[in-house]
Amino acid sequence: MTSPTTVPLDSDPKFADYAAPEALVSTQWLADHLGDPGLVVVESDEDVLLYETGHIPGSVKVDWHLDLNDPVTRDYVDAPAFAELMSRKGIDRDTTIVVYGDKSNWWAAYAMWVFSLFGHSDVRLLDGGRAKWQAEGRELTTDVPTPERADYPVVERDESGLRAFLPEVRAHIGRPMIDVRSPAEYSGERTHMPDYPDEGALRGGHIPGAQSVPWSRAANDDGTFRSAAELRAIYTGEKGLQPTDDVIAYCRIGERSSHTWFVLRYLLGFDKVRNYDGSWTEWGNAVRVPIVKGDQPG
Amino acid sequence: MTQPSDLPGSLQEIVDDFAALTNPDRLQLLLDFSRELPALPARYAEHPELLEPVPECQSPIFLLTELDTSQAAGDRATVHLYFSAPPEAPTTRGFAGILQEGMDGLTAAEVLAVPADLPMRLSLADAVSPLRLRGMSGMLGRIQRQVREKITAAQ
Repeated sequence: MTSPTTVPLDSDPKFADYAAPEALVSTQWLADHLGDPGLVVVESDEDVLLYETGHIPGSVKVDWHLDLNDPVTRDYVDAPAFAELMSRKGIDRDTTIVVYGDKSNWWAAYAMWVFSLFGHSDVRLLDGGRAKWQAEGRELTTDVPTPERADYPVVERDESGLRAFLPEVRAHIGRPMIDVRSPAEYSGERTHMPDYPDEGALRGGHIPGAQSVPWSRAANDDGTFRSAAELRAIYTGEKGLQPTDDVIAYCRIGERSSHTWFVLRYLLGFDKVRNYDGSWTEWGNAVRVPIVKGDQPG
Repeated sequence: MTQPSDLPGSLQEIVDDFAALTNPDRLQLLLDFSRELPALPARYAEHPELLEPVPECQSPIFLLTELDTSQAAGDRATVHLYFSAPPEAPTTRGFAGILQEGMDGLTAAEVLAVPADLPMRLSLADAVSPLRLRGMSGMLGRIQRQVREKITAAQ
């Protein structure tokens, strides 16, 4: 990307303290910029029907199961499928994408992470996501836009620095790792989120040395991100991580850890944060990988 | 499919309706079921502890079955179904709406005979993903277990 950003940044003072203020927009900014040329708003939710009940005017839907996951291999879609998806949604390589979604932006952050694997340069999250937009009484519509087809190039994924696979995670034991699941999943009392479907892990516990920081500690009650000072107090103060550290984050399937990936990478400016999307549904089923039970990193 | 259906007519009709549609229209139909899911009657709305949670669903849903033995007893008793799920979980509400419309008013024997693969027959796997359909299987399994328990308890 050499061309300058054409869609202006959000100068909200809250964002100024973050390492990369350009990676967030506020609901007010989005309301003011809907329809700007070069901007495409993407809704990405856990619930596949939520978009149909009403969405931000002009926004397009990207579903993590149906659009981003390969239907056969446990992997993301390949470069041609990604290019086709983006083209269909009216997204060009230099489009500014603002992603928002339900559940404090878990799936929005996950979509952003997948977009980043393909090197899309200008992706921003809507601070507070769908819930905040709705709580503020802002407009929602059931009109589904029919974007003019774009011509997104076929770009192979460059996962280095963004994605960690099991052998790399294994080699990383002893270096900074964050487990973002609930305390009961971390300790091994249970293998899936309370009140969530069990996606099948045979063993419970965590990867040796991983520190427990549930993803939700980075979010306020309204789904917005905590301030830079609050986030620093958690990750660098309490957990002793440094922005120069090489960090791996994981959860159950990589969605909640995308939220933490965003926090460390863009809000606190860590140099290298990888998401281990295999996460516990891989580690907890793999043969002879080490596991620690209990509430200590081990 | 030409073999005779092993589903009650009310459920077969829903299966046929979904089968006749394209994927985007299937989502719209699921949304209609979501919107039409009846609210809990007051006697349950005021007593949420009576409802059973369904952890197989990604979003919170609670359900309760009632066995009406005023006309017939045992497995000929009439089953009524009640669900509670928030509006921000339309997919889960849609699944509940299908079960409510397709099974409420059936006899206990008919409810127990509904095959466990019902969710996979709804032509929704490509529209919502098979993983999400597991939530519906969880609801169906719980409904059938409750009905079985209630028949035993009434004997």
